[in-house]
Amino acid sequence: MDINVYAARMLPQAEYFAPGHRACLGCGHGISLRLIMKAMGPRTIVSNATGCVEITSSTYPQTSWRVPWIHVAFETAASVASGIEAAIKALQRKGRYPEKERVTILAVAGDGGTADIGMQGLSGALERGHDFVYVCMDNEAYMNTGIQRSSSTPYGAWSTTSPFGAKSIGQKTWKKNMPAICAAHGIPYVATVTPAYPFDMVDKLRKAKEVEGPAYVHVFSPCPTGWRLDPSMTVQIARLAVQTGAFPLYEIVDGKIRVTEKPKKLLPLIEYMRPQRRYAHLTEEDVKKIQKRVRSEYRKLLKREKEGY
Amino acid sequence: MTRRVGMEVSFALSEAVKNCNVDVISAYPITPQTHIVEELSQMVADGDLDAEFIMVESEHSAMAACCGASAAGARTFTSTASQGLQLMSEIVFIASNMRLPIVMAVANRSLSAPLSIWGDHSDVMANRDSGWIMFFVESGQSVHDHVYIAYRVAEDSRVLLPTMVNLDGFQLTHVIEPVELIEKADLGDFLPPYDPQIQLNPLKPVTMGPAGTPAMFTEAKKAQEVVTWNSRAIIDEVWEDFGKRFGRHYKAVETFHTDDAETIIVSMGGLSGTARAAVDKMRKEGKKVGLVRIRLFRPFPAEDLRRILSPAKVIAVCDRAISYGGPGGPLCSEIKSAFFGYSGAPYIANFIIGLAGRNVWVTDFEHIADRAQQLVLQEEPAPYEIIGLRE
Repeated sequence: MDINVYAARMLPQAEYFAPGHRACLGCGHGISLRLIMKAMGPRTIVSNATGCVEITSSTYPQTSWRVPWIHVAFETAASVASGIEAAIKALQRKGRYPEKERVTILAVAGDGGTADIGMQGLSGALERGHDFVYVCMDNEAYMNTGIQRSSSTPYGAWSTTSPFGAKSIGQKTWKKNMPAICAAHGIPYVATVTPAYPFDMVDKLRKAKEVEGPAYVHVFSPCPTGWRLDPSMTVQIARLAVQTGAFPLYEIVDGKIRVTEKPKKLLPLIEYMRPQRRYAHLTEEDVKKIQKRVRSEYRKLLKREKEGY
Repeated sequence: MTRRVGMEVSFALSEAVKNCNVDVISAYPITPQTHIVEELSQMVADGDLDAEFIMVESEHSAMAACCGASAAGARTFTSTASQGLQLMSEIVFIASNMRLPIVMAVANRSLSAPLSIWGDHSDVMANRDSGWIMFFVESGQSVHDHVYIAYRVAEDSRVLLPTMVNLDGFQLTHVIEPVELIEKADLGDFLPPYDPQIQLNPLKPVTMGPAGTPAMFTEAKKAQEVVTWNSRAIIDEVWEDFGKRFGRHYKAVETFHTDDAETIIVSMGGLSGTARAAVDKMRKEGKKVGLVRIRLFRPFPAEDLRRILSPAKVIAVCDRAISYGGPGGPLCSEIKSAFFGYSGAPYIANFIIGLAGRNVWVTDFEHIADRAQQLVLQEEPAPYEIIGLRE
């Protein structure tokens, strides 16, 4: 019999992402990174892309990182991670690296640093098969620079560069499916997580860490500032995203998908959209259209799971 | 024992990289650098070089991976040219302020457009202010030697700066030259294993590459500026040690018949061989012409140049790049700056030569020397002239 017991005290007590960082009130990244780092543990090196996480956690002379951490540029989280991984491999082989055990390399980037400017570097690193974990901290726009749209911004959402107006609905394109793109590289582990399901998050990140080779974890991370959301609703909105099918939770192990959170009946999408003023301009008609798409995408996932590919 | 062999210069370079026992190579193929990465790939495949070769998907990732590898404490090598250097340029600037002692060989090639695979210095000049130590080498032998020299300088705890070895694309990379190879055993303790001062290591966490507020950014840049100037003393020290051990003596500025020269041709890189032949010829004809070859471009040897060039009447600076709408060639601008405000400066003429591999002949250097002497007689200083232009 399979018994899954989850209790907060079963998580490691140690904190590797320290408090005192400069993230906004209610930032999904802070909540997520704390859990991600608990899963990664102390024997981890972080390669961080430029973005919200980097800027709020590393402003000299302060740092929130209790593990080795490096930032080089915006589009380089995966390629810098490649270099670190190769270096440790070579140095451990030659007996010249102080740490003798396996070291976890964690690349951290936002949705812009992943789905837009960093996509090529990520694809290269996945294809080359480096042993590392990549987390995409997806807050669905360039929040650090002031809420500009990315290819990960959902259809219809307002942002400063996808404004709504007489001739615009807001974001004109559907959210780029990064987990599917990464899975298409044939890597051993892909998963989606949100801070509303903390044990699921830690569980999947532990798996990501354990697999040999590249693992990609897509973190759905609400941004109260950019989504025009009450900062007390971060976790609640993340939960609604899962329960409405807007952001399904699943994992793809060696190409085989498993939907890890299956609401008995999907809630109406409007319940997820209403608290966010980035969707406030949408008509009932627009919401219907988006819900149709969300449901069809969700059904596709279930079908894939059932058919076993 | 050193071995004297005839060898393609790209292979002589790779041989030195192998002997340096590098840990990580990260590179992307681009003409005319390809023979270097091909040779290194083979060395790794054969087990002759125990390194991780990351065959990245772009030069941008090549330099980013080098940063990661170097930060983790690996001796790191890459090589590129032209468009590749431009693509990685963003990270080239970052590597220097992060004090990562990466060594990069640049097979100098012109920049598009129009597309050209042939050599000039426009690629490296676009990265002039990237904060790297920059050597310009002129022969297979100096290429081979400067790989060792570059690592020794870059990894010195008083320096810790990335270092670029510039060699002319095709005119140097693809020619076969006699080279005395330094074997690993002969290297001795000239190049000890890299001992990083700071390293990405879970046993001793460190935050590298943080965000800098205006309150400390200027200080970070000043620190970089100071260490770059200070590196000159260490470069000289390493050249001296190299000379003692291996019998080949290098200097930041090398001279040929400059002592009594009225006209001095100044050049950088491979074309100085042709310039030297031209000076020989002119000397035989009784013309007082000399040659200066600049081997170290960053930190710029302004004092050496003032000392060497001051006694001459006219200086003919040969540039292999143009600063469009600017004062001429970038090398000449630097030399003019070096003399500005000093009394007794010679007349400085600027010639653009050898763009995109266009051949430069002995007769061209003769023409340059003659033309420079004519320009002195003009009342107004002349702008730059392009040599060999078809009208």
